[in-house]
Amino acid sequence: MITIEGLQKSFGSLEVIKNVDLEIGQGKVVVIIGPSGSGKSTLLRCLNVLETPNAGKILIDGKQLDFNKSVSKKSISTFRRLTGMVFQSYNLFPHLTATGNVTEGLKTVKGVSKEDAQHKADQLLDKVGLTAHKDKYPYQLSGGQQQRVAIARALAMDPKVMLFDEPTSALDPELVNEVLHVMKDLAHEGMTMAVVTHEMKFAREVADEVIFIDGGVIVERGAPSQIFTNPQHERTKKFFSLLQ
Amino acid sequence: MKTVRYKRSPKNGSVMMYLNSIALSPERIQRLQEIASTSIGPLIEGAIKFTIPLAIIAFIIGLTIAIFTALARISSSKVLRGIARVYVSIIRGTPLLVQLFIIFYGLPTIGIVIDPFPSAVIGFSLNVGAYASEIIRAAILSIPKGQWEAAYSIGMNYSQALRKIVLPQAARVSVPPLSNSFIGLVKDTSLAATILVAETFRRAQEIASMNYEFLFVYTMAALVYWVICFILSIIQGRVEKRLDRSVGKGGIS
Repeated sequence: MITIEGLQKSFGSLEVIKNVDLEIGQGKVVVIIGPSGSGKSTLLRCLNVLETPNAGKILIDGKQLDFNKSVSKKSISTFRRLTGMVFQSYNLFPHLTATGNVTEGLKTVKGVSKEDAQHKADQLLDKVGLTAHKDKYPYQLSGGQQQRVAIARALAMDPKVMLFDEPTSALDPELVNEVLHVMKDLAHEGMTMAVVTHEMKFAREVADEVIFIDGGVIVERGAPSQIFTNPQHERTKKFFSLLQ
Repeated sequence: MKTVRYKRSPKNGSVMMYLNSIALSPERIQRLQEIASTSIGPLIEGAIKFTIPLAIIAFIIGLTIAIFTALARISSSKVLRGIARVYVSIIRGTPLLVQLFIIFYGLPTIGIVIDPFPSAVIGFSLNVGAYASEIIRAAILSIPKGQWEAAYSIGMNYSQALRKIVLPQAARVSVPPLSNSFIGLVKDTSLAATILVAETFRRAQEIASMNYEFLFVYTMAALVYWVICFILSIIQGRVEKRLDRSVGKGGIS
């Protein structure tokens, strides 16, 4: 589903992603972990070109962007529609209701009629358990509810891949599970997912593969059982020992 | 010890008697009433025909200029940024009165003759455009980067993100300062009197030059402006309240 080849991203002289290759299969859930500043969020943001890589190729669902050549703005926004993104800070549109947040992209980007967009929003908000809150504005919702609206907003565009950038890191502890629950449901439905998170329990239960990144390179990757119980690399071992 | 009397008694209130005789004698009161009743019509007519339309038209055109200027100033194109910067600098760095004189009295010398009202519209629009562009630029920049990213992440391009996500939020932020600009503009339109627009203040000048009641007539003109601005500030309050509804009392979060 996703193939990354030779991905490289620098901010000024700081090289954040160093020549990363990665593939994620259809319907797989990949959890990306690593210390802060390791480049894990940047890697995710390169996948939907919120950060433009300096070099490398990204192939999603048969469509490729080659950053070794110049890439047009139009091809970037077309490419972005293949992925849905969920942000750490939700980034809901504060001037729109929960329903409005979900329908806006459908109407503006896909040209879906108001009624059809509304219908789809109803379905998606029901799926994330927010039917009762569909007419509320973001400021009237808890963090967990906002993040679930954000997931519905991303799903509305029918992405091939869902990207989660620390989706529960800004949440109060008691609200984390309602978001993880929605994510687990998605995984079970066969959605291809790339998740940057510190929720090791979620990684253990849901991930097909765990990728440990440090210093802009993939240090170690494998099944969660293997990575968590028997890490091979020194840096991975050190990271887990600091988590205890 | 003698008491100094300042009381308004018919016998010895000499100062007040004198003032009364010129200011508030029955004849004078009657004269002022006549002036009030004959001049309020022209003053209000000036407001309705010129002051208010001039302010509204110039504000609408000015806002349009302001939005494009603001976008030019935050664009990635050096040329656009440069043009916008020079425009704002010239307009903000020169007096409005001088700008109006250049348009109305200056341009005819190179063959460009524009009537008073259109001249005023051009002058005020350019003026509002420059000042409001700074307000709108600041408002757009105050919208968190995450809003742009969220809009891009659902496949929007720059102009869709701008129109659907960023500008609606920026509009809310800029209502209070833009309202101030509009109220300022209403008062500034009195400068159009100098380029022969028959608006409220020019009417007042004409009336006062005939009856020499400068204090009284100009005060009446001032009252007309005050009433307009008072109504505008009530409208401003309502608009702000309406826009706040979807954001809660704490503003944008």
